[in-house]
Amino acid sequence: MAWETVIGLEIHSQLNTKSKIFSGASTEFGAEPNTQACAVDLGLPGVLPVLNKEVVNMALRFGLAVNAKINQHSIFARKNYFYPDLPKGYQISQFEIPIVGKGAIDISTEEGGVKMVGITRAHLEEDAGKSIHDLYEDHSAIDFNRAGTPLLEIVSEPDMRSAKEAVTYAKKIHALVQYIGICDGNMQEGSFRCDANVSIRKKGSKKLGTRAELKNINSFKFLEKAINIEIERQQDILEDGGEVVQETRLYDAVKNETRSMRTKEEANDYRYFPDPDLLPVDIEDEMLTEIKNSLPELPTEKKNRFISEIGLSDYDAENLTAQKSLADYYEAMLNDGAEAKLSANWVMGELSAALNKNQIDVQDSPISARELSELVKRISDDTISGKIAKDVFKAMWKGNGRVDDIIESQGLKQMTDVAAIEDIIDGIIANNIEQVEQFKAGNTKLLGYFVGQVMKATQGKANPKQVNKILNDKLS
Amino acid sequence: MSLNKEQVKEIAQLAKLSINDSEIEQSTIELNNILSLMAELGEIETDHVEPMAHPLEMSQRLREDVVSEADLSEEFQAIAPKTGKQHFLVPTVIE
Repeated sequence: MAWETVIGLEIHSQLNTKSKIFSGASTEFGAEPNTQACAVDLGLPGVLPVLNKEVVNMALRFGLAVNAKINQHSIFARKNYFYPDLPKGYQISQFEIPIVGKGAIDISTEEGGVKMVGITRAHLEEDAGKSIHDLYEDHSAIDFNRAGTPLLEIVSEPDMRSAKEAVTYAKKIHALVQYIGICDGNMQEGSFRCDANVSIRKKGSKKLGTRAELKNINSFKFLEKAINIEIERQQDILEDGGEVVQETRLYDAVKNETRSMRTKEEANDYRYFPDPDLLPVDIEDEMLTEIKNSLPELPTEKKNRFISEIGLSDYDAENLTAQKSLADYYEAMLNDGAEAKLSANWVMGELSAALNKNQIDVQDSPISARELSELVKRISDDTISGKIAKDVFKAMWKGNGRVDDIIESQGLKQMTDVAAIEDIIDGIIANNIEQVEQFKAGNTKLLGYFVGQVMKATQGKANPKQVNKILNDKLS
Repeated sequence: MSLNKEQVKEIAQLAKLSINDSEIEQSTIELNNILSLMAELGEIETDHVEPMAHPLEMSQRLREDVVSEADLSEEFQAIAPKTGKQHFLVPTVIE
């Protein structure tokens, strides 16, 4: 039977404010346990939450970036459940009127097209503390440092039809929140978390199947794997005549399986009601205009500009804008006067390969944008060939100095002395009589052989264009 | 709208209240009395009334994003029923 997969994502994006959403405690990651949990975060009696202005700003930035309906009047609600890392017995969240309403974002499909994914809403809420179960034998340990950290939960429509599509969407949101500076996107530290609602239905059916909510996914790779393994599980159940149960399932990356997390149905009745401790949030038109004007160039806008102004291909432009840090690096090179297309090749080629291999983020690259642009300029002005440049790049990566010093000290400058190159070529022609005859008899492919010989004799320092020209002259 | 005993039991469970069968009986009667009073509200025409989220007609004041809280973890740990080295300890919870 042919099945269709339906996926919606809930993304929890930790807003990178200095202080918490409702208190003045620090949000800095990695502090000693409980040293950043104040009376408000701990839910001690007599405290009142006061909303952080920057949190509202950031939610609005996101809303405007996805062309969403902004609810200029929104309310906070209590989501009630009991768990030790939730000291108040409720989480302050938004339910009926979230600050960000319906919006949408375009993603590229595998077939090379564009697909619009709907965003149902994005609401503000506080994070819970952290439970640690393996620290003490008979107890669970709680660290409340994370309690009260601001989150923007971004809920998508069930518009994705494959695990790949879901990952593309998640990456797009991941890039966007970093572009607009509201989240650091660090998935290891839990700043950006994805839950996936997955269901399947018979192809052609309009009715949604029963969904499972997948949690505990901390990388894009696992997001794809978790969804695919869940699709398989649901197919097996339905094809055996069974029924999928609506539930939350944890993804286990080690076993590559999902397993049921909560069996008690009661766990899902949160009894939301408006939080009497917080007044409605009203956004003035002025504040909205101010934020709109302060938004930076968004990924899609940047991509389109790279295509129309710089003349990059759609593919190059997409790759270079997928990550804000990479786009920043590239643009810094252009500002330094490096040639655009060549720079694009180097950023996506040698640089990205080296960064991936060493698992370094581009902002921590041992070769700065300025240094790489120096290298690209030396190729453009024919000081070195592209091939030699790769060796220089390796030396730079190792920290062997600046471009010009490396070129100088290792004698890598391209040979421009025509007479010297001619001498070498004459020698090669004299030593390869057989090949010369074949070439003259019409085997023009042998030109590459001669070029190779010259490059070898000059240790790659001859200018290939020049060599080609001289060879053609001498052999014809 | 009225509640049956099963629903009251469920509500008690959600609120982590331990009440026995006779208390459930009593609570069901009391809750239903309250609900019938509230049902009178349903007779008012509210189609064109904006829902009220808060009785105060004011907007939420916003605070600047500044860290203003000192580390009082020692004081807070001192009043907790059980603590470890730096953690609050609770009976083991396993999901």
